[in-house]
Amino acid sequence: MEQKIIIAGFGGQGVLSLGQLIAYASIEEHKEVTWLPCYGPEMRGGTSNCSIVISDKIIASPIVDWADCVIVMNRPSLEKFSPKVKAGGILIINSSLIPDSYEKANLCVIKIKANEFAEETGSVKNANLVLLGAYVGKSGIFSLETISTVINEKFSGKPKLIPGIKEAFRIGYEIGQKY
Amino acid sequence: MKQLMKGNEAIAEAAVRGGCRAFFGYPITPQNEIPEYMSFRMSEVGGVFLQAESEIAAINMVYGAAGSGARAMTSSSSPGISLKQEGISYICGADLPCVIVNMVRGGPGLGGILPAQSDYFQAVKGGGHGDYHMLVYGPSTVQEAVNIMYDAFDKADKYRLPVMLLGDGMLGQIMEAVELPEMKDVNSFPKKKWATDGSGIGADRRVINSLFIDPDSLEKQNHSLFSKYELLKRNETQYEEYMTEDAEYILVAYGTVARVCRSAVDILRERGIKAGLFRPVTLFPYPTNRLYQIADKEELKYFLSVELSMGQMVEDLKLAVNGKKKVKFFGKVGGNVMSPEEIVDNLVSKIEEN
Repeated sequence: MEQKIIIAGFGGQGVLSLGQLIAYASIEEHKEVTWLPCYGPEMRGGTSNCSIVISDKIIASPIVDWADCVIVMNRPSLEKFSPKVKAGGILIINSSLIPDSYEKANLCVIKIKANEFAEETGSVKNANLVLLGAYVGKSGIFSLETISTVINEKFSGKPKLIPGIKEAFRIGYEIGQKY
Repeated sequence: MKQLMKGNEAIAEAAVRGGCRAFFGYPITPQNEIPEYMSFRMSEVGGVFLQAESEIAAINMVYGAAGSGARAMTSSSSPGISLKQEGISYICGADLPCVIVNMVRGGPGLGGILPAQSDYFQAVKGGGHGDYHMLVYGPSTVQEAVNIMYDAFDKADKYRLPVMLLGDGMLGQIMEAVELPEMKDVNSFPKKKWATDGSGIGADRRVINSLFIDPDSLEKQNHSLFSKYELLKRNETQYEEYMTEDAEYILVAYGTVARVCRSAVDILRERGIKAGLFRPVTLFPYPTNRLYQIADKEELKYFLSVELSMGQMVEDLKLAVNGKKKVKFFGKVGGNVMSPEEIVDNLVSKIEEN
């Protein structure tokens, strides 16, 4: 098993923390994982991305050429990273900010109004959790117990936020399962 | 229990557990998480953290602390390491142990902030003035960086010289699962009979100095330094080989680039090309003898040095191979890192040229 994921969007959308949640979930399930953030000049321009590799074996390159899944949260990221999805891979688009239609053969394209769903759960900041839910729902990569454990642990300092976060994940998860 | 940690933070924690009780630094990307971590961790373990007014001040604080017997370190990135060179030369001249981390970024000048390996010459050939070397490691994973850092102060103390951990921005910023070792007992470390810690009076007085104004004394000091480097070559040389056994093409790479090369070797093997990887773990001493041996293999066609530079380690590789086999080069610079596919394409095009 090896999964390569790229997540990209604006700074402040929770791109890096979404990647970290995936990394923590991987550790929780005793998998090898690397999380590599961009920290270069593109950050100064307000965009942000990270690459994650999950594997049963020791991970050699943490650099992702071709991704099994790309999650994009804004339009510049769609243009930059959608060509990096492998044939048969998953492309998850935050259609709240990228309303354009996007079709590509050999790809599973999941369009999800993450911002609106997140607002329903109490905060637009949960948009990244909606997208995480869609990824886990579609790929089945982590068990729901794992996600719950990781959320409880990582947000233990802000217990009031946890119900909204879990709800955002659940909404995304159910949509992801339908694809 | 494995935990997810950023390279810089894991290296800082490993230093603390390896006995570091004095940190002096000055901020620079992409290593800022090291001083940030040390700023609270040092006070927790009763050590000293000091953000100096400059890199030059920081390395001279390390000089002073090391002279008094402390396990002292500093960390920086390329432009900052350049500023430290005078101090490093003095520390080497005075036979003092310390640990230095360089999370290399692209140069020359202020360059960029992204990963590079363009400080290889500076790290392994000296860097400052005079004849000297450091013990230089090029770890490729966060776990390996932790293991090296954990023992770095022991090595520095044993040989009385600086140990440098030569990483790059990628190693500093990546998060991986690591197993942290136990905290070493600082009371268990061997006493330093040379340290200017107040002991020794009269004929036994202790002096830390790098000035040898009498030519015969200085010559003796130079020979003494180089006898230590001979010991390093014998005892400390480390490397790793991956699928070199029957390889027709051997990639040679260190640090994070070696990981990308390992993936490239897997892809090449799938395509039926017999590739292997030789990864120096110590960059000084360089694994010269082993490479010289490997060069005798009949099936081996050539070596390919893969680096984030315009070609620096390739010179040591050529010296090691000593003309027995061809040595080729593939590099990327400016902070751009090659992908496994790019390495595959580069090797394949070189094979087709012949």
